[in-house]
Amino acid sequence: MTANWTIEGVREAVAAKKVSARELAGEFYKRIEARNTELNAFLTLSPERAYAQAERVDAMVAAGKPLPPLAGVPVAIKDVISTRGIRTTCGSKILEKYVPPYDATAVERLEKAGAVILGKTNCDEFAMGSSNENSAYGPVRNPEATDHVPGGSSGGSAAAVAAGLAVAALGTDTGGSIRQPGAFCGVPAMMGSYGRVSRYGLIAFASSLDRIGPFARNVKDVASVLQIISGRDPQDSTSTTAPVPDYRAETEKPVKGLRIGIPTEYFGAGMDDGVRKKIEAGIELFKKLGCKLLDIHMPHTDYAIATYYIIATAEASSNLARYDGVRYGLRVEGDSLLSMYRKTRGAGFGAEVKRRIMLGTYVLSAGYYDDYYLKGQKVRALIAQDFQDAFTKVDAIVTPTSPVPAFRLGERTNDPLQMYLADIYTVTGSLAGVPGISIPCGKVCGKLPVGLQIFGRPFGEARVLQLAHAFERAGGADL
Amino acid sequence: MKISREDVLRVAELAYLDLSEAEIETYRKQLDDILEYAGKLNELDTHSVEPMAQVMTDDQNADATLREDLVVPCGAVAEEVLAQAPDPEPPYFRVPKVIER
Repeated sequence: MTANWTIEGVREAVAAKKVSARELAGEFYKRIEARNTELNAFLTLSPERAYAQAERVDAMVAAGKPLPPLAGVPVAIKDVISTRGIRTTCGSKILEKYVPPYDATAVERLEKAGAVILGKTNCDEFAMGSSNENSAYGPVRNPEATDHVPGGSSGGSAAAVAAGLAVAALGTDTGGSIRQPGAFCGVPAMMGSYGRVSRYGLIAFASSLDRIGPFARNVKDVASVLQIISGRDPQDSTSTTAPVPDYRAETEKPVKGLRIGIPTEYFGAGMDDGVRKKIEAGIELFKKLGCKLLDIHMPHTDYAIATYYIIATAEASSNLARYDGVRYGLRVEGDSLLSMYRKTRGAGFGAEVKRRIMLGTYVLSAGYYDDYYLKGQKVRALIAQDFQDAFTKVDAIVTPTSPVPAFRLGERTNDPLQMYLADIYTVTGSLAGVPGISIPCGKVCGKLPVGLQIFGRPFGEARVLQLAHAFERAGGADL
Repeated sequence: MKISREDVLRVAELAYLDLSEAEIETYRKQLDDILEYAGKLNELDTHSVEPMAQVMTDDQNADATLREDLVVPCGAVAEEVLAQAPDPEPPYFRVPKVIER
């Protein structure tokens, strides 16, 4: 069977009865069985639900009914997104046995569009991390170089798509958790604008930043999945009524004459030389495609990491207060209610989650709120203003996704601040709420993929996808 | 040094986290490093800046006003919800005794 299935390939093959959706699901489970022991990309498989869905698709084919856009497409779901009846651990011991009683809206929409859910993918605990090494279930290995990290926090979703264990996957992005693993594993990966995709059923880390988005093998497939999961959901008051364009069709629009901003602040010290060369070649490629390049300034970029780690941890400390051993998850008995809370949380959370809860609690506590949390919210406004100002001059902003390629497993686990600083190019767009994609832009050291990031205006996903598609078609991945 | 051992204990108490001796010292050092780094935000004058809690403006958000307070059916059913509890006593969640006498 074809090694590299795409959404279009699956639809055509299923519609022409060259393969049944059931056979295809079986093929992907075989691949998972062959690779997952090594990669650790999947935490839980859901064959019962997958085959039932595949049979529904096959019945539609047999009856000659029109097929929905993702008919028979095998997909993987990050384990922080709720799936009814399928264990959802968030990569944490505290939810080791948790089985959600409902589906996230994004999952429901994927299945309604015909997608076949293969299972749940590994991730950093509660999506907190940049390497997938914070999972309570062990790290994921990068399929491109198995002694390297896949990036995080959506490392399992990125690795699954890169290794051909799923045609597309959902991840979540709070400070770079879709885009950075997409870059490290060499697959396109996108977060839409804040509010574009419903967060209902996404187990919360930082509610003003969390977004669900797709990984796929090419930009058109990213567009197809984004289109299905986007749009208003009454269950999430922050999801917008802004119309959802036909993203897949939009990718074909010409990019000639579009103005691309290159922010000087994203090309400073600390960037790997190999990455810099690839990104510069990527920028040249946009020039060849007829785009106009403009040097721009985003003066508050250097404050983004500090701002992000104050706001995200503050929100996390509040969101994770719900894990108290009462309604779901782990309980460690104590001699009083408070001692039960303390023991449960002390035993159930891993080191990074505890560190962030501590930091978030500190910045919200009496006496420090104004100095840290309020200050962070004010600087967030300045960072968002940088983007607004830039978009008065340019149509899109192009940067590296990460200053470095995938690092070796264990190389950065001892110094959390150094790990945080690697998120420098992704957290800005998270704070500003703008859409962003990472697309493959060559490899360094002969094997480690480099990601090029494109930011667009709020709700300007179509423009981002156009540029990404044009870049990909022009051979950007092989620069 | 911004963070003392007492600060760590106070924060752990607020967050209901049992920490080991080793964790207390590790977190003291790490929080100290991170907050030291976060101090760079003070380089910026933000007196006239409005804090940003939410990126979306009202015109992007249909629900900026509150919805009608209506009863709507919930997808999840009580038995399934209670089945996830460590110590359920349907239709209740049971917790350790909080009243002494």
